[in-house]
Amino acid sequence: MWAIAMKELRQIRRDHRLLGLMVAMPLLMLVVFGYAASFDVTSIKTLAVGPGAEQVAGRLPDTFDLVGTRADGGRDAAVDALRRGEAAVAVVAGAQGAPPQLLLDGSQLFAARSALQSIGQAATAGGAGSAPVVAPEVLFNPGLETSTIMVPGLMGIVLVFVGVLMTSLGVVRERQAGTLEQLAVMPFRPRQVIAGKILPYLGIAVFDMTVIVLVGLTLFDVPFRGSVLTFALAAALFLLVTLGLGVLISTVSENQGQAVMLALMTLLPQVLLSGLLFPIEAMAAGVRWIAYLLPLSYFIQIARGVLIRGTPLDALWLPIGMLAALGVAVFGLSVLRFRRDLAPTGRPSRPRGTRHGSAAEATP
Amino acid sequence: MSAPATAPGAAPGARPGRAEGRAWGVRDLTVRYGRRTAVEHVTVETAPGTVTAVVGGDGAGKTTVLRALVGAVRPAGGTVTAPDRRRLGYVSAGPGVYPDLTVDGNLAFVAGAYGLTGAAARERAAELLARTGLTGARGRLAGQLSGGMRRKLALACALLHEPDLLALDEPTTGVDPVSRAELWGLLTRAAAAGAAVLLSTTYLDEAERTAFVVVLDGGGQLAAGPPDEVVARMPGAIVEAAERPAWAGDHAWRRGRAWRAWVPDGVVPAGAARVPPRLDDAVVVAALRRDGAAGAGAGAAGDGNGAGGGR
Repeated sequence: MWAIAMKELRQIRRDHRLLGLMVAMPLLMLVVFGYAASFDVTSIKTLAVGPGAEQVAGRLPDTFDLVGTRADGGRDAAVDALRRGEAAVAVVAGAQGAPPQLLLDGSQLFAARSALQSIGQAATAGGAGSAPVVAPEVLFNPGLETSTIMVPGLMGIVLVFVGVLMTSLGVVRERQAGTLEQLAVMPFRPRQVIAGKILPYLGIAVFDMTVIVLVGLTLFDVPFRGSVLTFALAAALFLLVTLGLGVLISTVSENQGQAVMLALMTLLPQVLLSGLLFPIEAMAAGVRWIAYLLPLSYFIQIARGVLIRGTPLDALWLPIGMLAALGVAVFGLSVLRFRRDLAPTGRPSRPRGTRHGSAAEATP
Repeated sequence: MSAPATAPGAAPGARPGRAEGRAWGVRDLTVRYGRRTAVEHVTVETAPGTVTAVVGGDGAGKTTVLRALVGAVRPAGGTVTAPDRRRLGYVSAGPGVYPDLTVDGNLAFVAGAYGLTGAAARERAAELLARTGLTGARGRLAGQLSGGMRRKLALACALLHEPDLLALDEPTTGVDPVSRAELWGLLTRAAAAGAAVLLSTTYLDEAERTAFVVVLDGGGQLAAGPPDEVVARMPGAIVEAAERPAWAGDHAWRRGRAWRAWVPDGVVPAGAARVPPRLDDAVVVAALRRDGAAGAGAGAAGDGNGAGGGR
């Protein structure tokens, strides 16, 4: 038994990278997730709309973070602003004397719940005078159903799982099996190899996505209020990032153990920091910036917007642009890394010379 | 190093479409892995219709030479002359095939990689399967084949697109004698059809069948030339004895049950039985001469056993 234990220990010690990941990952996660695990939104983005907007804005409880006032709008403008994700709460203040109305975005579950709680506390503590609102109305997700906001997020999780974890094993498997070198001398360009590697996973991910959307719509009554094309565009960009991440992990890993650990290191933060479980706005500032670097954060933002609120494309340029930028960055890096494996001699990736044997000479 | 000679028995006339007469190989090659020098100033060349062997024991640098030739490693010095990758066939020292694909699946992948389609590709695959005796195993996973069958499949994959240059890293290592003969039949046929073949091997009896041999040891080049010439250039004489000759010092090594010893000046001591030298003797002597008798005797004897003594 001791002989086996010693052998295992020696093997583990040899794999410095895996050992580092095994020690560093739990520590890192404990610290990061400790600061992320909070459901309490203490700053709720609020928009005041209507002729009495300025007046009402001054009387809002502290938790309501006023992001703007629009004196010329009405209820429609407020609903539109919420649909576009400009705020989580809109206060519609009509003509003087009329009670202002509070509209809540039900797709921002925790913000909406915090807003309701805050209004309730203010009413209890200070009477009707300090709470300017009557009859709060929850839009898009009136029952504040958890499943309605979770299913669009889970779509992203499944895509991350297939895209990152499965793809990351692709190149490593070749390296461990000893077939990567064989592949490297075949007449493929690195980007052809990458494309060939990810195409099957792309097909599986698209199939998965379709099934999840259908199951979400039929089984969990998740609405699909926005444009299918906008959602498809976001899903395609998100897949680009996740598949690229999978290939990148594959190229920096020496074995499947390392690949799985690295894939988990990208999976877990995305599960916990992307806004799927805990609202990003409730996280500590440092952790929130990590969330802003995660592709799932943007996909969830888009998926919830398009499906639940019917957010139009022009209101989603920031998350879509971020996904595109992340996709280019991650894919670019993975191609560069892969090129080292597949064209170490610096030979042109496009095979040159005539079919009848012109030489490709490498003279350092 | 002189130009490689055409293999005896190989058809000198190359098939139309071949790079006729063009020598492929590495010249003055140096490859480093980090701080470690794997090969230094090595020249190995082959030509259409020719089988050239790189021989040496473990760690001699054979694999590195082949990897540099096919572009899998960047040389630190020297020149690599290789055909376009579409005209290159390579069998690595690894499995060389996908274990989780069937025999047919492996061939189909390679055919696709080289743009071979249609009936011609199917006929070529069927022909290679017949020659390798794998026709009955078409539906079996490569990972379930025996070692010899896997190497034959790897060679069939490398031959599928009729390459100008075949680079084979120890294609027969760990293969049974019957399969070895079949593999040799395949590659000499490829050479006869005009392919240039460069293979590495630890088996000196295989190297003796080739037109040109380059002997490597510890990353350096010990000897090069047609096998007969390498043997003929060996100075001194070889004697064989049942016991280790006391006078031989470190110049003796075991082959099978007998001992062989090198007499540098060729003056055979009384009572010793002079025998005609073989390629493995020449390889051991080259190592002894390079390193100096005192330090290299034991190592050279080890090399002799590793490269040829196991035959």
